[in-house]
Amino acid sequence: MSEGAPQVFSLADLYAIAYQIEADAVERYTMLAEQMEMHNNPELVGIFRDLARVERIHRDEIASAAADPDIVAHARKVAEWRSGESPEAVDLSEAHYLMTPRDALEMALAGEERAFEFYNRLSDAADPDVKRLAAEFVAEELAHVELCRSLLRRYPAPAPADRWIFEDPDLPVSQE
Amino acid sequence: MSATVPSPLRPHDYKSDVKPVWCPGCGDYHVLIALTRALAELQVPPEKVAVVSGIGCSSRIPAYTTCYGFHGVHGRSLALGAGLKLVRPDLTVVVASGDGDGYSIGGNHFLHACRRNVDMTYLVMDNHIYGMTKGQPSPTTEPDIDTALAPGGTGLRPFNPLVIALASGANFVARAFSGNPPETAGIIAEAVRHPGFSFVEILSPCVTYRPDQKAWKDRVHRAPVDATDDAARAARRLMTDDGFNLGVLYRGNRQPYRPHGNEQIGELAELEKEFEL
Amino acid sequence: MAEAPSVSVAFVGSGGAGALTSGRLLLEAACKSGWNGLLTRSVGPQIRGGEAAALLRLAIDSVECHSDRFDLLVGIDWLNANRFETEIPLGPNSIVISDPNGAAPPAIVAAAGARVIELPLKELTKANPTWRANMIALGAAASLLRFDETILADLIATRFEQKGAEAVAASLDAVRGGARALGNHRLGTTLAPPRRTAAKRWLLTGNEAVGLGAIRGGIRFAAAYPITPASEILEWLAANLAKAGGCLVQAEDELASINMIIGGSYGGTPSLTATSGPGLSLMVESLGLAVAAEVPVVVVDVMRGGPSTGIPTKSEQADLNIAVYGLHGDAPHLVVAPQSVPDCLLATQWAVYLAEELQTPAIVLSDQFLGQALLACARPADVSFIGQRRKATEIAAPYCRYALTADGVSPMAVPGVPGGQYTADGLTHTVRGQPTSSAGDHGAQLDKRRDKLERFVYGDLWATLEGQGPLAVMTFGSLTGAAREAVGELTRAGHAVRLIAPRLLSPVRPDDMAAAFEGVRRLLVVEQTHSAQFHRYLKAHYTLPADTVVLNRAGPLPIRPGEICRALLEGGNS
Repeated sequence: MSEGAPQVFSLADLYAIAYQIEADAVERYTMLAEQMEMHNNPELVGIFRDLARVERIHRDEIASAAADPDIVAHARKVAEWRSGESPEAVDLSEAHYLMTPRDALEMALAGEERAFEFYNRLSDAADPDVKRLAAEFVAEELAHVELCRSLLRRYPAPAPADRWIFEDPDLPVSQE
Repeated sequence: MSATVPSPLRPHDYKSDVKPVWCPGCGDYHVLIALTRALAELQVPPEKVAVVSGIGCSSRIPAYTTCYGFHGVHGRSLALGAGLKLVRPDLTVVVASGDGDGYSIGGNHFLHACRRNVDMTYLVMDNHIYGMTKGQPSPTTEPDIDTALAPGGTGLRPFNPLVIALASGANFVARAFSGNPPETAGIIAEAVRHPGFSFVEILSPCVTYRPDQKAWKDRVHRAPVDATDDAARAARRLMTDDGFNLGVLYRGNRQPYRPHGNEQIGELAELEKEFEL
Repeated sequence: MAEAPSVSVAFVGSGGAGALTSGRLLLEAACKSGWNGLLTRSVGPQIRGGEAAALLRLAIDSVECHSDRFDLLVGIDWLNANRFETEIPLGPNSIVISDPNGAAPPAIVAAAGARVIELPLKELTKANPTWRANMIALGAAASLLRFDETILADLIATRFEQKGAEAVAASLDAVRGGARALGNHRLGTTLAPPRRTAAKRWLLTGNEAVGLGAIRGGIRFAAAYPITPASEILEWLAANLAKAGGCLVQAEDELASINMIIGGSYGGTPSLTATSGPGLSLMVESLGLAVAAEVPVVVVDVMRGGPSTGIPTKSEQADLNIAVYGLHGDAPHLVVAPQSVPDCLLATQWAVYLAEELQTPAIVLSDQFLGQALLACARPADVSFIGQRRKATEIAAPYCRYALTADGVSPMAVPGVPGGQYTADGLTHTVRGQPTSSAGDHGAQLDKRRDKLERFVYGDLWATLEGQGPLAVMTFGSLTGAAREAVGELTRAGHAVRLIAPRLLSPVRPDDMAAAFEGVRRLLVVEQTHSAQFHRYLKAHYTLPADTVVLNRAGPLPIRPGEICRALLEGGNS
């Protein structure tokens, strides 16, 4: 993941990249909420909308802390992952119309862990401001990781023998 | 928007509000993301892009973009797209299809589109199955995959679409994987920029009929060699293609197709001269 | 408590709830208890996880259409259920089962004045995590209908065997839980007890019946290209043709499949393909080839909403025009329309027989309703129609493949027979099969191909003619069942009404039809097309009674018996 990640040359860069990370998360969770809505999984609609809302708050907090009026344009210039995607852009191929809250939270946890690793790699940055801010982000992502883990405890994994309960007995429909 | 500098187009400017019917987990969601990113990279206004498709899950993509679109009949998207591009060379024409629509019923048109080399880009979302009609084998389905229409597997060797594209004269040949949207976006943008007929096969797993394709993310890999403009070299590279080599294979130098034109006449009345007694 | 000959039930649910599975289990339980029934489904646009409705009619006799009202609507959940409002008509005597802790039922429930019975599905699944909502709902419905518990239990045990003993036990518990939760609620109208009969019965879809009819008729080669709603015919044949010594190959498109079967038939083997409107459109050029070269083939068109891509998952009858007129030039051929699910077997078998006898293509005009409806019916009788083309065996030189004969049918040499070599051709040809442009030859071959169809003795199968009287309802295909029921209702109400439903749509039968119209003062033509294709076709080729009225409507909504009754008495479209 790190070979494709963007370079951080300044504090402004780091803010812009952090902004993009959260913006990507908002976009993905919103897409997932819409998919769940289209596929009649209302519980997951709520969960993904909540996740999108939380990430939107993070994103906006970063924008105001950055005090950069052109942060969106700046992000587009510097926040480029050449291979793979930004850490919280969750992998849509992990979704499923029958996914459970636990599945969604595992997706979110993986994203937060990737974000934690990304900022962690910046903790030996040369620029002291970047280093300090990166450390703040590391702490924040760690808190997010902990939050996901505690939420996950509310949704224990079902025993493998019980998976049949969650299967769809109806066959897929041919639409064309 | 400032009056002097138009704000740049972003990927979400190319994505419509229509909610896809694709199953959650479908690779095509990532292809849509990659396409919107590619168009944003190219900064071509959505009204100057036409997305033309056939029939199948992949072919639903036009409505999910804010571009002009045509959801045509099964297998004929290349013909639709060629006609459009010939009358409107100013448009960016992207033809979208699946492995069933594109390589089976559309197979003949595929050969001739490569040969004719009209300047357009052909994206085939390949999931090695007919998804929309409940899981029949497609020309790229592995020979041992059991399906209702071919119990026990077809026993047939799957197509290698890259070989066919190259042999038929496509000017740009590449393979991408939906699971890596930024790379796919880059390949699509390059394909659009490259003149002539550009073919991008995009491996895009089907979560409903081929859950085994989850393993694709571990099977895909960068092609071990660079792209070439030498068709013979490209052909030799395809000999060792395992179907999961990603990247651009071939960038050719053929001139894009231009219909033959006569010298224009001044007045229509000139046309009548040959009948005069 | 009133007893009724039929009761209609609908299950609605979404997101993988399993509404269709519950519907199917209820139908099977009813059938095993001795009743008959019909199951169709309606779905949202998603491939999985969409809204789904299982629409059932259970009856003491075999039923071929949905009734005017649903007696029971079971809401496993109501997400996006308003999509089904027009397909699940309710009335003040209808009962709706609804979860008090879920979303409110759609507006039609209150508007119809239906009575709501609460079934606390969310509570029950919370208290019993292995209970699935659709199984609880199934148990509730079965209890309301007074079904035998053991029959349903046996079915569930078989159905869920593969998932393990816990799955079976949990499903049974859920079903019983649903029954208990309903307490003493019962439907006001109950199904009359099943008729005890020793007659064998089957449960199958129209598409399966087509497949079996094809094999019985002699088909041993099929080429397949998948298309909704015909794919199941081909999938059934893929497995079963081989068992009969034949084979099926998947083609790359419909142009390939029609030409493959023409080739197979030229080689001597009765051949078939199945498609829907868009595929038939692709095939028409080659069908013309089969007509001109006198090669028998059978093409089943399972009609769906059109034009173009249309509504693939819904029924309509608007391929009539392309079926009878779609070929360029003058190219008479056979069009046969099955009238019910069991008739899909008979009509297809007959079509194979006719195609082979007459050495010409036969289009079997089925539709999505018939094709995908699951029906319990009496085991269709064995009929003796088996395709036997007239073969040229002792051939005197020069072999005239297209010799002019009294009945218009000339013996066909199968490749391999010495002395019989000929080149089949779409080009206009002489009696020897050589290309010609002469007026005489062209006229002679056109006459031959027309005459062979007109001179053939089709027998009583050409149409269903029932009842007598000055009033008549005329239709074709899947609407025959609804028309028959309407005729029955009107007759019970004292009217003298007949049913006329041609099975053979092409060639036309002027004398037979004139006899069928004898004494008819008012004729109602019923069809599921927007432009009244059937009516126009009849007007073009037959003399209709002066008082002819039309009830026509495009898909996707079915035409119900009540509408047909009203239209006949009031004079056409309301």
